[in-house]
Amino acid sequence: MTTSSTQGASAPAEERVYVTLMVADQLFGVPIHSVQDVLGPQRINRIPLAPVEVAGSLNLRGRIVTAIDLRRRMGLPERAGGQSGMSVVVDHNGELYSLIMDSAGEVMSLPASAFEPNPATLDPLWQDVTSGIYQLDGRLLVILEIERLLDLTHAKAA
Amino acid sequence: MDDLLREFLTESAESLARLDVELVQLERNPNDQELLGNIFRLVHTVKGTCGFLGLPRLETVAHAGEDVLGKIREGKLAVDARAITLILTSIDCIKSILTEIERTGTEPPGDDGALIAELNAFAEGSEAPEPAAPSGVAESAASIADTLFMDGPAFAPTPAAAAAKSAGKPAEAAPAAAEANQTIRVNVGLLENLMNLVSELVLTRNQLLQMVRGRNDNELGVPLQRLSHTTTELQEGVMKTRMQPIGNAWNQLPRIVRDLARDLGKDINLEMHGAETELDRQVLELIKDPLTHMVRNSADHGLEKPDDRRAAGKPEAGRITLEAFHEGGHIIVKIGDDGRGLGLRRIREKAIEKGLATETDLAQMSECQIQQLIFRPGFSTAEKVTNVSGRGVGMDVVRTNIEKIGGTIELKSVEGKGSTFTIKIPLTLAIVSALIVACADERFAIPQINVIELVRAGSKSDNAIEKINGTPVLRLREKLLPLVSLRRLLDLDAATGGEPEEAFIIVTAVGNQHFGIIVDRVFDTEEIVVKPVAPILRDISLYSGNTILGDGSVVMILDPNGIAGESGATEIGEERGAEEAHDSASGEDRSAILLFRAGGSAPKAVPLSLVARLEEIDIAAIERTNGMPVVQYRGQLMPLIAIDATASMKSEGRQPVVVFTDDERSMGLMVDEITDIVEDRIALEISSGQAGVLGSAVIAGKATDVIDVAHYMGRIFGDWHKPGADRDHKRVLLVDDSSFFRNLLSPLLSVAGYSVTAVESAEEALRLRDRGETFDVIVSDIEMPGVDGCEFAHKVRAGGAWQETPLVALAANPADLQRGQAAGFDDLAAKFDREAIVAKVSQTLLNLQGAA
Repeated sequence: MTTSSTQGASAPAEERVYVTLMVADQLFGVPIHSVQDVLGPQRINRIPLAPVEVAGSLNLRGRIVTAIDLRRRMGLPERAGGQSGMSVVVDHNGELYSLIMDSAGEVMSLPASAFEPNPATLDPLWQDVTSGIYQLDGRLLVILEIERLLDLTHAKAA
Repeated sequence: MDDLLREFLTESAESLARLDVELVQLERNPNDQELLGNIFRLVHTVKGTCGFLGLPRLETVAHAGEDVLGKIREGKLAVDARAITLILTSIDCIKSILTEIERTGTEPPGDDGALIAELNAFAEGSEAPEPAAPSGVAESAASIADTLFMDGPAFAPTPAAAAAKSAGKPAEAAPAAAEANQTIRVNVGLLENLMNLVSELVLTRNQLLQMVRGRNDNELGVPLQRLSHTTTELQEGVMKTRMQPIGNAWNQLPRIVRDLARDLGKDINLEMHGAETELDRQVLELIKDPLTHMVRNSADHGLEKPDDRRAAGKPEAGRITLEAFHEGGHIIVKIGDDGRGLGLRRIREKAIEKGLATETDLAQMSECQIQQLIFRPGFSTAEKVTNVSGRGVGMDVVRTNIEKIGGTIELKSVEGKGSTFTIKIPLTLAIVSALIVACADERFAIPQINVIELVRAGSKSDNAIEKINGTPVLRLREKLLPLVSLRRLLDLDAATGGEPEEAFIIVTAVGNQHFGIIVDRVFDTEEIVVKPVAPILRDISLYSGNTILGDGSVVMILDPNGIAGESGATEIGEERGAEEAHDSASGEDRSAILLFRAGGSAPKAVPLSLVARLEEIDIAAIERTNGMPVVQYRGQLMPLIAIDATASMKSEGRQPVVVFTDDERSMGLMVDEITDIVEDRIALEISSGQAGVLGSAVIAGKATDVIDVAHYMGRIFGDWHKPGADRDHKRVLLVDDSSFFRNLLSPLLSVAGYSVTAVESAEEALRLRDRGETFDVIVSDIEMPGVDGCEFAHKVRAGGAWQETPLVALAANPADLQRGQAAGFDDLAAKFDREAIVAKVSQTLLNLQGAA
């Protein structure tokens, strides 16, 4: 899938595929090629002294996955009644991270031509961790940039 | 690059590494024909293979080298430093060409004419121009280096080659061929992959075991047991494939030391023991550089120039010893030299100059602590920076690198005698045994290698955590152990309420510095697979990794080094080494013991400090007065006494006698035979009901009766009684100017269950007070030279830490009682009444407890 999308980079009919997820009533998209898994509730082990965005670590079939709380990472209010425990697992440079969300959405295939840059007035934090948006029927889909999202040192400085 | 060439490269690398070692050996033993034969064969093999593979440049160099070796073998040339240097240069040239081939796959262009001419000239006749030779060699070597060392990696045995090193000597001729067929070369990546898979398997196995443990499912139990065994065996097997002899990291050292010795004008013998000791290749790679650095250091800074050595009365040739062996789950590597040792004065000066410590700091440090300063960043003891070891890499880097892999490094140095570094490293880093602990409901793993002991502490137990201005400490066997609260360190306070009633303390050490980590609970130990933490957590220094436990949960692995750094424990930690030295000084430890036989077969012992002399008395000289045997001894009559009624005196010849003296009075104890004098600890294990025996102790490996000299003194000179019952482990300070009484009362009070410190004067006692020592009761003589007992009591009562400590006086007559009480003594015991002394001490302590 990855190879076909790169080959057809210039083709007008190119489609991009995203896994969508809901966090605090906002729809986000993560490129499907970086998604390993969508998980239900998991036991998360807290890591003392870790940055606040890090919810802890969990065991995914023998691999240690670092859990990132998307609400905290995006500067959103804490979810009332605790975390739902749903998360998407992404691979970044061979390390696995799970992004904790409110609920998982559908997988969407969208034309590359419809991709738009972020509005200039968007919160700088969001500017930093998103790459752009899609206008969907009645709502907006914000595309997350995994590499920036997992760069917590930068987040602290911002 | 074709397979044949690649194989040639790895094989040649092994051969050349061995050549380096063997040539240096040859220089030491020029007449070793077998060694010479080996070297010749190795060079010959390289040459032959080059020709076969079509590498003309390599072939000519190898050929010229072989010619020289051939002449040496035929006895036409002598083995001297120049010959060896020349051959080593040709080997360097071969190595650099090989490096280039490895990089590009083809033989690089270049001219080795100068070197070949050199070699040929040398082979032709020994009259080759001597002075021109070294510079010519250097030049040609330098030009080769210029053309070849662009940025290619240094040529070293590739890991794959080294992994297959167990193949033995593949480059050697016929006999090795059959052996070579038994081994194959395996890519290191494959081994790493296998190791990872086994790690996963271990985790899954642990998980399964945990699940089954909870229920009574016999059906699963048996196959799971088998799975468990097989997994363990597989793990060990795969681990073994990663093992390499430590000699692989040492290969280059003889050459380095030889070159250094030449450069520095020193004569150095390098001794290596235990090169076959195996350890994980990952660990091996990581200690290679620190080891090389330390050997360079020893050669450069440790060993003196031959002249200085001669002046110091040492052999001209300095010695560097490398030693490796297994101990527990660790490898111990020792690097020692017989050089000048660490100059304390220079370290002090350097430390002040570099701002690492102040004069006051240094004044309070023990020798051992001062020596450890060389591990501080920014410290370099060499007075002049040489191009050999002064390359900006200090011992602090060595220490950091070793601690990074969970190892420790210790230093022992005696000025003028030499230094020894002891490195302790784990066998492997991948799977370790760890202690699982909990704090505020969070679990953590601590590698077992870091745990020295576990102490249970609670308000009800003997070991209570005390606080100094909020800083927790523990009194552990009378030593103050700084504590670190994991709860506080990890900000876990918010999660649960205050600190629990009971806690556990994990005693650990970083370098020589001991400290304790307070945790809430301790579970069992588990074999864990260490996994690195995610990059976003790397800057938390408290964790060295994370792992998955048997129940599937993820826990963090605590790093004592990080904890010490984070909490400043290294600053407050006390030097155990120094304290241990104090121990032996205070006499609690080992003492000289006289062993003898008398009346019965069990060996008997008496502290040598009590013995005045050993004599052999002619039986004919023994007289009797009042039915008691006596002998005229130094102008006095000395009574002789048998050990017990069953022992009989010899009827003729000479009678061995142990003489005890107190002031004017002497007594001879007749024994059958004096057997030995040993250094050992007297730890009385069984208190004896038998008269004349204090108890039994294991001395020199045998159960031995320790003689109560007081009993025999009493039988002759007065009325003495039996020791009292067991007491709590209270600390008693005994002040008495008579060494006889100190030696007599110390064991007596020890047997009664007290921990005794004996000093010979009031001044010395007050010094102990000023040092911060505390005691539960002080027993002091009244009659003493200098500050006497009454004055001492005054001083104690006048103020200071001992103001409230009960004082018991030892007095020769009851008239002293009033004087003593006026001076501040709480009680008084007759000096010669042993039972009374013990009784008074215990009564005083009881009163104290009642009052409190």
